[in-house]
Amino acid sequence: MDNEALKQKIAAWEPAAELVEEGSQFLNAIVTPPQLRALAEKLRYDEATRFDYMFCLSGVDFPEHLMVVYHLRSTTHQHEMVLKVKIEDKENPAVDTLCDIWRTAEFHEREVYDLFGIKFHKHPDLRRILLAEDWQGYPLRKDYVDPVNMISY
Amino acid sequence: MEPVTEGTILAQDGDLKTQEYFVNMGPQHPSTHGVLRLVLGLDGEIITKVEPHIGYIHRSIEKMCEHDNYRQIVHLTDRMDYLSAHINNEAVCLAVENALEIEVSDRVKVIRTIFAELTRLASHQLWWGVMGMDLGALTTFLYAFRDREMINDIFEETCGARLTMNYNVPGGLMFDLHPNFQKRVKEFLVHFKSKLPEYDMLLSDNVIFRQRTEGVGVLSKEDAISFGVTGPTARGSGVSCDVRKLHPYSAYDRVEFKEILMADGDSFARYKARILEMWESISIVEQLLDNIPEGDILAPTKAVIKLPKGEFYQRVETARGELGVYVISDGGKSPYRLKFRSPGFSNLFVLEHIAKGAKIADLVAMMSTIDIVVPDIDR
Amino acid sequence: MEESGYFDFSPIVNNIHESLAASFSPGWAMAIAWALIGITLILFAALSVIILVYVERKVAAFFQVRLGPMRVGPWGLLQTVADFIKLLMKEHITSRNADKFLFNLAPFIIVTAAFLGLGAIPFALGLHIFDINIGLFYITAVSSVGVLGILLGGWAGNNKYSLIGALRSGAQIVSYELSITLSLLAVVVLAGSLQLSEIIASQENGWWIFKGHISAWIAFVIFMIAGTAETNRGPFDLAEAESELTAGFHTEYSGIKFAMFFLAEYLSLFIIASVGATVFFGGWLPFHIGTWQAFNHIMDYIPPIVWFFGKVAGIIGIIMWFKWTFPRLRIDQLLILEWKYLLPINLFNLILVSFIALMGWYF
Repeated sequence: MDNEALKQKIAAWEPAAELVEEGSQFLNAIVTPPQLRALAEKLRYDEATRFDYMFCLSGVDFPEHLMVVYHLRSTTHQHEMVLKVKIEDKENPAVDTLCDIWRTAEFHEREVYDLFGIKFHKHPDLRRILLAEDWQGYPLRKDYVDPVNMISY
Repeated sequence: MEPVTEGTILAQDGDLKTQEYFVNMGPQHPSTHGVLRLVLGLDGEIITKVEPHIGYIHRSIEKMCEHDNYRQIVHLTDRMDYLSAHINNEAVCLAVENALEIEVSDRVKVIRTIFAELTRLASHQLWWGVMGMDLGALTTFLYAFRDREMINDIFEETCGARLTMNYNVPGGLMFDLHPNFQKRVKEFLVHFKSKLPEYDMLLSDNVIFRQRTEGVGVLSKEDAISFGVTGPTARGSGVSCDVRKLHPYSAYDRVEFKEILMADGDSFARYKARILEMWESISIVEQLLDNIPEGDILAPTKAVIKLPKGEFYQRVETARGELGVYVISDGGKSPYRLKFRSPGFSNLFVLEHIAKGAKIADLVAMMSTIDIVVPDIDR
Repeated sequence: MEESGYFDFSPIVNNIHESLAASFSPGWAMAIAWALIGITLILFAALSVIILVYVERKVAAFFQVRLGPMRVGPWGLLQTVADFIKLLMKEHITSRNADKFLFNLAPFIIVTAAFLGLGAIPFALGLHIFDINIGLFYITAVSSVGVLGILLGGWAGNNKYSLIGALRSGAQIVSYELSITLSLLAVVVLAGSLQLSEIIASQENGWWIFKGHISAWIAFVIFMIAGTAETNRGPFDLAEAESELTAGFHTEYSGIKFAMFFLAEYLSLFIIASVGATVFFGGWLPFHIGTWQAFNHIMDYIPPIVWFFGKVAGIIGIIMWFKWTFPRLRIDQLLILEWKYLLPINLFNLILVSFIALMGWYF
């Protein structure tokens, strides 16, 4: 399925999704947290799309919002796309977990929680993964300052 | 758990009640291959729970990248998967080159591919040695190191380093090949092609080894995809995920090689996939070695590399699987955000899924066949 | 035996005994004799272990395309001595929650068991500490006391790895004890005695490995497998299994107490090999071929003690070869091998050998 067909599919499922192709080699579908889960389930389980392999899950801290980026690939149809969820609430960011849809998300979500402080609802085991349990703050946020260990340029 | 006091009935109706207990495997343990800690729930020798605790060598490479320029980032990637150092470098270089639309010369592409395959061979050799050692066959380790040493010497001659090579730079390579390079690689290939069947004789065809790996840690194809497992680990379960085939980069589109796919998904299939992959790597190197084209080794780049605004995703196939470099650039001299999708991270967490119900000795076999490198997981 | 013409140690031993008896009262003479034996035994054990450790490291090195110890002394000959001194001077570490009495007792039990086994081994004609009529039975009995030390050591250290290692070892040694005894029994049936000197005497005209043909071969192969398992060596080193259990039952031991486990391991290796050499390969008897008088005479010029140690070295070499070649078995496979394969084969072999002995179908 090429990007145009994918666009139509996604637009039919989630009209509010913002579909962008500029500035990236993939088709980007940007949604808000409440829309994420329904769209993800459709992308994963619909026979026409079948995005069964999530090859990357990253958090990004933009000046106005936080974002979780899901890179998806279908091993049957060999097409790829990027699903992004834009989280406007920087004070208390939260989004639904996708770890029951893609098992790999469980640990990548823990990493995003650890480094960005984004909470994942219904995640079975949301703890810090790379840093110590008692670590203060979320290091990959742009406003994170560690006066001792951080070298600023 | 109820406290055991006087009068507590531990055994009832004649059956012996046993208690589960926890063992910390690591962070200092001979077979966790670095500072990885696994909390094992055990019922006798049977594993009921595996919980990997990682982060003991988390060096915040992603955060450091946000302050460094693109030339510096290349050198950080050596320290992730140190056994695939060259391939990691290549990933960042390719990401930068694709973003800037720099066309590197054929010579660079071919040399990079040869180096990448030699790196893969060296990594698989080390894995084979350690795999044998984990299963108690101590001799394999030194056999593997004898052969790996030759590759390291070849690297040393050309780029001065044996492990963290820093041979790639955005736009090309740091130096040209050493004049002896082709001769030495040919010597190595002749030597190693006679030794690789020995690997099979010593380990693959051993009855005890077969018993220890066949049917152990079976990972189904669906689970492998769902867990995001890549590399030989996934190909052992029959998942076609070789980036070199799916998204050819460097010179992989001009060489012939097979993607090794095994059906069983057990430890032995993963083992066999890597052994066969070594043959493929040898064949790739042989195809390219005699026709390295002439050309510039470094395409001109600006002194300070600035990527255009946007997002870039570059994948390469390291010895352990798919390494993704996800760059978000705001047009500055360092990335706004850089995420490394490391193969080890996804591969490690399948361990709990496949190790349940196995024995401690099996867990060691599974860990070796997943081939984890802890700095790659922790970044 | 006197007419055999081999160098007999018994006059020397008797001389020492008589001179002691002449100079001291019987009680003292006995005490001094025992002290002499004890000192000799300890020196012998220490020396043989030091040599065995050195040999093992060199054998391992040559298997692994490297040189092994080369720095201390010529060809690294003093390396094990240096290591031993290092172990002597190391701190004794006892973890806080260990059962201190049992923790300290365990290495002594295991070393004592190994030493006891040495007592009945005939090194040459007349050179043995005691030659009891149940020698073979005695050796198999005392060598299985060692497992008590492993179990106690693993349990008392209060370490879960040690405990797993100890229990593995318990299951393993109890199982393989059966095989080793039954395989030795095959030769006992042929020789008709449990006394080691009698077993050797019965091989005057040919070793049991040749005289007993099929059944002796089966017994010997099983003996080698079970003997390797009995000494906790690879591929049966599940009790240690350093890639699984860090160091198994002796994880918590340090310094000289660790060295004692080491000592016991190599001593029991020596004992297993010497039992094998005595039972299957005629102990200190030279290699003779039927009626080749000249050849047999040349063989007789090699002293019996050299024959004995040569045979022992050969068997130890095979056991070392196992260790540096094979991967380790898993605990369930280990027990399956014993209970489903070795034990039935052994029982069948025992019937076979009894039949052969009854019919006199051996040479």
